[in-house]
Amino acid sequence: MKFALSWLQGLLDTKADARQIAEKLTSLGLEIEGVEDASAALTQFRVARVLTAEKHPQADKLQVLSVDLGDGNPLQVVCGAPNARAGLVGVLGVPGAVVPANGMELRKSAIRGVESNGMMCSTRELGLGEEHDGIIELPADAPLGASFADYLGSDPVFDVAITPNRPDCMGVHGIARDLAAAGLGVLKPIDTASVAGSYPCPVEVRTDDPEGCPAFYGRVIRGVKNGPSPLWLQDRLKGAGQRPISALVDITNYVMLGYGRPAHAYDLAKLDGAVVARRAREGETCLALNGREYALQPWMTVIADDSGVHDIAGIMGGEHSGCSESTTDVLLEVAYFNPAHIARTGQALALTSDARGRFERGVDPAFLDTGMDLLTSLILEICGGEPSEVIRAGQPPLARKSFAYDPALAGNLGGIDVANGEQKRILAALGFEVSADWTVTVPTWRPDVDGAPDVVEEVIRVHGLDAVPSTPLPRADGVAKPTATSAQMQERRIRRAAAARGLNEAITWSFLPTSEAEHFADGDLWTLANPISEDLKTMRPSLLPGLLAATRRNLDRGATSVRLFEIGRRYLRGEGGASAEQPSLAVVLAGEVAPRGWDARANGGKAKAFDAFDAKAEALALLAEAGAPVENLQVMGEAGAQFHPGQSATLRLGPKTVLARFGLLHPATAKAFDLAGAVSVVELFLERIPARKGPGGFARPHFAPPALQAVTRDYAFLVPAALPASDLLRAVRGADKANVVAARVFDDFRGQGVPEGQKSLAVEVTLQPAEKSYDEAALKAITDKIVAAGAKLGGVLRA
Amino acid sequence: MEQLEPTLAAIAGADTIEAVEALRVAALGKQGWVSALLKSLGAMSPEERTSTGPRIHAAREAVTAALSERRASLESAALEAKLAAETADLSLPAPAAPRGSVHPVSQVMDELAEIFADMGFAVATGPEIEDDWHNFTALNMPETHPARAMHDTFYFPDKDAEGRSMLLRTHTSPVQIRAMLSQGAPLRVIAPGRVYRSDSDATHTPMFHQIEGLVIDKGIHLGHLKWTLETFLKAFFERDDIVLRLRPSYFPFTEPSVEVDVGYTLVNGKRVVGGGGDVPGGGWMEVLGSGMVNRKVIEFGGLDPDEWQGFAFGTGVDRLAMLKYGMDDLRAFFDGDVRWLGHYGFGALDVPTLSAGVGARA
Repeated sequence: MKFALSWLQGLLDTKADARQIAEKLTSLGLEIEGVEDASAALTQFRVARVLTAEKHPQADKLQVLSVDLGDGNPLQVVCGAPNARAGLVGVLGVPGAVVPANGMELRKSAIRGVESNGMMCSTRELGLGEEHDGIIELPADAPLGASFADYLGSDPVFDVAITPNRPDCMGVHGIARDLAAAGLGVLKPIDTASVAGSYPCPVEVRTDDPEGCPAFYGRVIRGVKNGPSPLWLQDRLKGAGQRPISALVDITNYVMLGYGRPAHAYDLAKLDGAVVARRAREGETCLALNGREYALQPWMTVIADDSGVHDIAGIMGGEHSGCSESTTDVLLEVAYFNPAHIARTGQALALTSDARGRFERGVDPAFLDTGMDLLTSLILEICGGEPSEVIRAGQPPLARKSFAYDPALAGNLGGIDVANGEQKRILAALGFEVSADWTVTVPTWRPDVDGAPDVVEEVIRVHGLDAVPSTPLPRADGVAKPTATSAQMQERRIRRAAAARGLNEAITWSFLPTSEAEHFADGDLWTLANPISEDLKTMRPSLLPGLLAATRRNLDRGATSVRLFEIGRRYLRGEGGASAEQPSLAVVLAGEVAPRGWDARANGGKAKAFDAFDAKAEALALLAEAGAPVENLQVMGEAGAQFHPGQSATLRLGPKTVLARFGLLHPATAKAFDLAGAVSVVELFLERIPARKGPGGFARPHFAPPALQAVTRDYAFLVPAALPASDLLRAVRGADKANVVAARVFDDFRGQGVPEGQKSLAVEVTLQPAEKSYDEAALKAITDKIVAAGAKLGGVLRA
Repeated sequence: MEQLEPTLAAIAGADTIEAVEALRVAALGKQGWVSALLKSLGAMSPEERTSTGPRIHAAREAVTAALSERRASLESAALEAKLAAETADLSLPAPAAPRGSVHPVSQVMDELAEIFADMGFAVATGPEIEDDWHNFTALNMPETHPARAMHDTFYFPDKDAEGRSMLLRTHTSPVQIRAMLSQGAPLRVIAPGRVYRSDSDATHTPMFHQIEGLVIDKGIHLGHLKWTLETFLKAFFERDDIVLRLRPSYFPFTEPSVEVDVGYTLVNGKRVVGGGGDVPGGGWMEVLGSGMVNRKVIEFGGLDPDEWQGFAFGTGVDRLAMLKYGMDDLRAFFDGDVRWLGHYGFGALDVPTLSAGVGARA
């Protein structure tokens, strides 16, 4: 909402300057987005008279002017304007001046070989309008040499953001009322001299849709002369950011911007029969004033005559029946439309307009007659003509809301005690009626106020929010209690564990290109109906696709080693049509785990790529931090089609519960994500990690180291090549639980001395004696059990 | 005895441990000349023994001392030579460990949780794929409410079992409803998380992070809201000169509604939070939306608005991070550029605590 200070001053008797007004508007909740003073940019432009105008020797379209600033030292200026001529008084930009329209600084220069000491300016160049056919022409008595800013006078334009609850402030008058209530002046009464009609309205006006259009007032004015509106009106509209069109159109815009009251003027000659507010009919369309054709749905309200639809009611007029220069008889429409209905129609048509913005927020239902009077007087004054009587079809909803209010609420809810008298003064100034028992009646222009808290807001915002004193929240005794849930603590812990392990946390989009989401889908996906782009369309079923895309971008930028992780949600289908958003952690390792180096002992000095074991290390370490019982996990297959079938695995708690999957990416997946080289990934399904039972105490179990020293023994088994090492380890650990406390594989050998189809697994077993040290017989008994356990898996102890 | 001088000379000239050993055997071994002389003592008369004995013992001691001295000196030289051969160039690099990092959004969320925990707020969560009842209706935005259209909502074609339209939550405010419904009152929660708007330019991304705060209790008023926001911002920016400007505003879910600006000063062209916004070189920057929870919202939350009242506020986590830590491009937050993550990210050990100050200094 934009308006010039002069417009406000026409409605509000005030001595406040622009800065005071701007500050007060913001403190009232009418936020100032900017105050622009077009004249401020014009101090370097000066009123000047053209003394002589000669043809430019080198260019047909240019003239060489001699320009007088009143100081007796005429300047030579080259000018291309067709209206430049001797005697014209215009505006000269001198060297150093910055042209508002394009930001260019003027300099002394030579144009086609002729020196020019400035520029005679057009309206558009000075940012004062669209006019650019020639240079500005001022009255002959304009003071030569004066700054054009001073000549124009300052009329700052306020740009105010109006919140959706304040339709009353979508007109300058409503803003003036707020300022008056806040003590910044006195609101001038609206001149509501009613204009009587001298003949019955010649057109039938009615509403056949009392729900969408409860009230439709109409009046004809015949014999008008349409044309450009007077300068004062044009200036007001320009200040408000509107383009003047013709007097009739400008007058309706003026009343809308000045009083928040939209109206429409039809060219009576283009109407045919009764003008009716009704529901649209199947298949009807309307060519709107914006030049676009809208297909209407049968529930939408329109204004139509016998020949068809002329107006999308309350939103935009039609191209066909609008007023033009040739209009002589006009039908004025001042109506009240159902706000919700307007909102639905506007949304369905994706059509916004100044009228819609006001009707859908709720215009003042008691302002129809005043609006009609304002429009009529302005038209008579500017365009002449003879008004008919007014037809009033239907009834606007004039009932006023009324409820009990307790002035103590200002303190109890608003946090500041405001004297009862002051509360009454504020409310009265805003148009509320307050009875002796504090029953508050809301003015018709405030559809947003419907309860005591709204009244508190009115009182507080006018009284001043800054005056509300800070009041500490009551604080519980003692040190603040812990508040984090176990899920939150788990998330924090694994985040910092991952960072401590050298991984960089990324945050990637929740939505993906559909093809990338489908690549990792395991069930139905969530796909947006109105995505912002095809790349941000389907909710991720896994964190991996987003990380893989980020990895590609990093490798494209020349990164040699990428270690990314993300903690976030996977979006799956849940119960009853809701989503199931599951907490997850994913890791992508790509490029080099270590660069080539000087130390030949490390990988022969060569760079080493990430492999599946790097992923396994991350998976187990992070699962352990997440609280998973990693000792009990089984390494199994079926990581998924996205993984290398031979170098990937799942980590399961029991045969079914997959806590994590890891391994090398399948080359086809890597290709789909445009990744070259081996990529190693991990995905943790955090929701599947069993929760601890209860919070647990702080004390650790008693520390009881064994009295006797443990011993180690090595066993090498020949086993089938396909046997997972973990199977052998589990068998060895379980062979004699009283004595075997640990077992680990330290060699996996195939080749010379090992038969085809077999491998040699060497296991270091730690034995812990309990009561007494082992003797030969005891050790042999344990060995026999271990060998027997290996044999069950087809293993043979190597000699 | 005439062998003593040549032996001592030989020992002094021996240049290997083996040569020293050979000389020892020749002198002190079973067949050695010193051993032979010692043996001869037994056959001597007491007088001879008294005169010759000490000389023989002295010879033995002289040889023994010379041997041990020579041996030690040779061993020491050998060790020195060995160590010299083992010299490594320690200016060569040691194996490098990669440096991981925590994303600024996560870090700031941890900071916020720490600050608000001290004020008694727990962290609450809710789904990001929401239904329109929780996201709009229960927050006092019925279907035709103009504010709904202003939310640039992402919709799914799906409806839930109750026929509610599914969408991506446009704010964290639906967590207010969920928290009231599930926990009742009194209530103090913050709800951080991802939110979505169909909007994209230099300062807007279609996904971003918000944090919501909600207090429901008896006798809570606007003054408490003001104090809470001041206290939070002072703790977050670790400055005592935080100045807030409260402006009346409009949100359907609060009444009265208050927009909160914080004063800043320009330092080297960047906005630094602190000081009043009306001083020269200063300005006001909108940081929070807030207000007293609308009675209808309290009712939708299953509580009696005649008994309970409270306040709510919301702000952008990404923006708080940018203001505090100096990033200037929101889009980079979601790109995963390892250079950016290394530059703006935080160390694993930068855990926010009240005793150390929640922020991590550069």
